Amino acid sequence: MSLVNEIDYGTPASLSGKMVTLTIDGNEVTVPEGTSLMRAAMEAGIQVPKLCATDMVDAFGSCRLCLIEIEGRNGTPASCTTPAMEGLVVHTQTKRLKDIRKGVMELYISDHPLDCLTCAANGDCELQDMAGAVGLRDVRYGYEGDNHVFAKSDGHANDRWMPKDESNPYFTYDPAKCIVCSRCVRACEEVQGTFALTIEGRGFSSRVSSGMHENFLDSECVSCGACVQACPTATLTEKSVIQIGQPEHSKITTCAYCGVGCSFKAEMRGEELVRMVPYKDGKANRGHSCVKGRFAYGYSTHKDRILNPMIREKITDPWREVSWDEAYKYVANEFRRIQYQYGRNSIGGITSSRCTNEETFLVQKLVRAGFGNNNVDTCARVCHSPTGYGLKTTFGTSAGTQDFDSVEHSDVVMVIGANPTDGHPVFASRLKKRLRKGAKLIVVDPRRIDLVRSPHISAAQHLQLRPGTNVAVVTSLAHVIVTEGLFDEKFIRERCDWDEFQDWAAFVSSPEHSPEAIEGLTGVNPQTLREAARLFATGGNGAIYYGLGVTEHSQGSTTVMAIANLAMATGNIGRKGVGVNPLRGQNNVQGSCDMGSFPHELPGYRHVSDESTRDIFDRLWGVKIQDEPGLRIPNMLDAAVDGTFKGIYIQGEDILQSDPDTKHVAAGLQAMECVVVHDLFLNETANYAHVFLPGSTFLEKDGTFTNAERRINRVRKVMSPLNGYADWEVTQNLAKAMGLNWNYTHPSQIMDEIALTTPSFAGVSYDLLEKEGSVQWPCNEKAPLGTPIMHINGFARGKGKFIRTEYVATDERTGPRFPLLLTTGRILSQYNVGAQTRRTDNVMWHEEDRLEIHAHDAENRGIRDGDWVKISSRSGETTLRALITDRVSPGVVYTTFHHPTTQANVITTDFSDWATNCPEYKVTAVQVGASNGPSDWQVQYDEQARQSRRIKILDAAE
Amino acid sequence: MDSESHKTTAEKLVYMANQIATFFHSQPMDEAAAGVAEHINHFWEPRMRQQLFDILDQQNNGLDPLVLEAAKQIRKPGTVSV
Ligand code: SF4
Ligand code: SF4
Ligand code: SF4
Ligand code: FES
Repeated sequence: MSLVNEIDYGTPASLSGKMVTLTIDGNEVTVPEGTSLMRAAMEAGIQVPKLCATDMVDAFGSCRLCLIEIEGRNGTPASCTTPAMEGLVVHTQTKRLKDIRKGVMELYISDHPLDCLTCAANGDCELQDMAGAVGLRDVRYGYEGDNHVFAKSDGHANDRWMPKDESNPYFTYDPAKCIVCSRCVRACEEVQGTFALTIEGRGFSSRVSSGMHENFLDSECVSCGACVQACPTATLTEKSVIQIGQPEHSKITTCAYCGVGCSFKAEMRGEELVRMVPYKDGKANRGHSCVKGRFAYGYSTHKDRILNPMIREKITDPWREVSWDEAYKYVANEFRRIQYQYGRNSIGGITSSRCTNEETFLVQKLVRAGFGNNNVDTCARVCHSPTGYGLKTTFGTSAGTQDFDSVEHSDVVMVIGANPTDGHPVFASRLKKRLRKGAKLIVVDPRRIDLVRSPHISAAQHLQLRPGTNVAVVTSLAHVIVTEGLFDEKFIRERCDWDEFQDWAAFVSSPEHSPEAIEGLTGVNPQTLREAARLFATGGNGAIYYGLGVTEHSQGSTTVMAIANLAMATGNIGRKGVGVNPLRGQNNVQGSCDMGSFPHELPGYRHVSDESTRDIFDRLWGVKIQDEPGLRIPNMLDAAVDGTFKGIYIQGEDILQSDPDTKHVAAGLQAMECVVVHDLFLNETANYAHVFLPGSTFLEKDGTFTNAERRINRVRKVMSPLNGYADWEVTQNLAKAMGLNWNYTHPSQIMDEIALTTPSFAGVSYDLLEKEGSVQWPCNEKAPLGTPIMHINGFARGKGKFIRTEYVATDERTGPRFPLLLTTGRILSQYNVGAQTRRTDNVMWHEEDRLEIHAHDAENRGIRDGDWVKISSRSGETTLRALITDRVSPGVVYTTFHHPTTQANVITTDFSDWATNCPEYKVTAVQVGASNGPSDWQVQYDEQARQSRRIKILDAAE
Repeated sequence: MDSESHKTTAEKLVYMANQIATFFHSQPMDEAAAGVAEHINHFWEPRMRQQLFDILDQQNNGLDPLVLEAAKQIRKPGTVSV
């Protein structure tokens, strides 16, 4: 094993199609026009010395180390800023160049500490490398003069010296080692788009500064790590590298947090993870990362991880550690007993969007082949099930249409009900890059998300609608486009059903859908809405990105269809730069849906009533799959309360915390006789479990994740599972205990079975992924290397289907008792229910959930910033601290749901999407008032949780 | 500790069926009833459909007329296999 080495070409690739040929050190090389001489040389295998250039940012030309000579031209231009041109003859190593370079290096070294042996970057320092490369042998200048290296000179304090900034939990900034190359500043601007860093001062006195003389933690910095990666010296260094040392081998793997699915190099020393570094060839992230994937992996070795299986007869008993065999046997016996007693359909399973495709496939196989029913569901139910329904109905495929690269070709981007800078940070960085280059932005969101106004970006239009009125707004956008004749008739005639279009056009044209007519309902200024519609229809390539703010509503599916209508009407489907793009919450939401996790669908979105599909599995598995849909999660809970559903196997999900109406979930779980939780930690759901099976992390197993762009990425095992078994092995052993004859020895065999049974995966294999890095499904005979962009020459379903989308007000209404609307969201440093991120240093950015409230509403209630407040709905009440802000309009309050003590879902109600039962998280009528501490429910809950987490210590004799 | 949001399963099913009907009310007339029936056949587990038929047998069951119209096309669950 060795380190995965990536070549630094010095400057970014040129996208030009025109090629030029030149000669460098006697080698002929052909490169796209606009390529720097430095990059052209590297393509020819010649490494020009450099310090201030790196290929993740544009060249700046400040260090003067990369000089070259060009025949027929005077002087010694910098190769990083000089473009390659036809016929040039370039020399990279001449007497003159050598002398200049030595001089430059001498100056750098004379203001740099010489503690290389004990420096954390030893072996991975470009300054060290360059000193070697230019043949530096002595330094004529001493440290006596001005320097940044020593705290004191001649017994006096050295004003130029600055102490280390160790405020960030994951990396340090040591100004004494800085060579002021500005790579970090450019990385923060160009790659991350946060503009947190500047070079302060001029000439010799210049230094890097985070924000306005703040330390990193208090500055605008979002801890993405791009600057650390860009830094050529030890100035910005991961604390883990300082503690452990340099890595010796690495493997490419995929982030297990969000649906962007960033590729990383897991850099290791033995089985110890030294650091995660974003992988340049990763096609989702192109070398960028966010704080979660880059740094927040500490949970994998957190002391709270449970490593031994446990059982208990009653949930009021303490846990008892048992052997794996005993645990499997117990579950198998219980499940069989329950089925014998209450019927075959009395048990079920939940697959996880955090587990691999292979693991998910096995859980649904266990349910369908082992339990003999279709009672399998997944937590995508509570986030993106409307996407599946809506896009399948209109386009014919339950997935987004583009790859992430597509955004580089967009001219107008509409972001609806999503907060990419927090939820999908790496995509947000790529989007912001495009916006800084001139693309226009339309935001449709009740809250002023960061994207609306951030450095060098300002949304052309922000439609700040009232929560719950998405359908009215999107339909009204269509009204403007149709009535003003801005639709793309040619596209519609070619690709869609013209009669259906006409029916739809007549529907949206009716005056009640005009921006003026809906203003009272939505609170959106009609003129703003009209301008947004015109911009989207006429501004060039229009792309729509949307998130949970669209799906988690009573009309979630209707909104998805309204979005699809809009894209079809404006001809924005089937090429680069356009499309309908759901931003998926968890890393493998797409994959878990693809793998047949829904109770009505077999893998590949084929309905269980379809005999020919069932046949494929029946034959392979030697069973008879039921032809009726199974229960969805909320239905399982209802059935449990009714007494007909008694046992469940939950892999890697925490439904008690993530599902709405906590009390109802608790009642459902309590009514069951055997609840099996398979997870890393004793999560909230485990408080109601009878069996706990320890899970493994993404670092401990092989497999694949499928991200929001349908990209199948490899997850690679870099350490042995602390609990002994990867999750797929646990499911397999459980299946065996239930009498199934499974013999997978590696997840690649599970993928082979997926490919064999599922047409859109027919071409996928671990060999192909090894070769290609990743592929996007459909990947089969017609598209052997996958499909970056869908519906290119026509829709998957044939003709695109326009559907009438009538706005229906949610039944969740404000009134005298509950006059405010609560909407929920997430923040950057935490993930979902926070089980992982809360067990890392990311808590430094988000210690608690806060209630955002407008000053006007706060004042009416006598609430000051930071006060404890009680928030109540007709479901329940909880307490948290207030944050006064103008990001939300009067009448709207907002909170996140990352901390279990907040229990935001105690408040959310049981309303759900009409088509898929996806819960309506985004709208709850609430009242807010002053409070002096936790609610009764919180106190009771804490006590119950504490009780149920007791583990009985085993006697030595046992 | 129960609060007013906790409906019985039967109440929920009526609510869900009516929600589906509400969507199909806005669709072209000739597709509406078939749409409701197909949706329920597609997504409702037999237990839920059985309960729906039990509800249909009651007077003043609170169901949307479109659900009543769709009922003929909703599949009766067979005897639940054990
Ligand atoms: S970590 Fe990211 S946001 Fe923070 S300063 Fe570095 S590049 Fe900027
Ligand atoms: S901190 Fe590193 S990247 Fe930034 S200017 Fe200093 S040496 Fe260059
Ligand atoms: S959390 Fe998302 S954006 Fe951040 S590194 Fe992981 S996959 Fe990338
Ligand atoms: S690398 Fe070209 S001037 Fe620094």
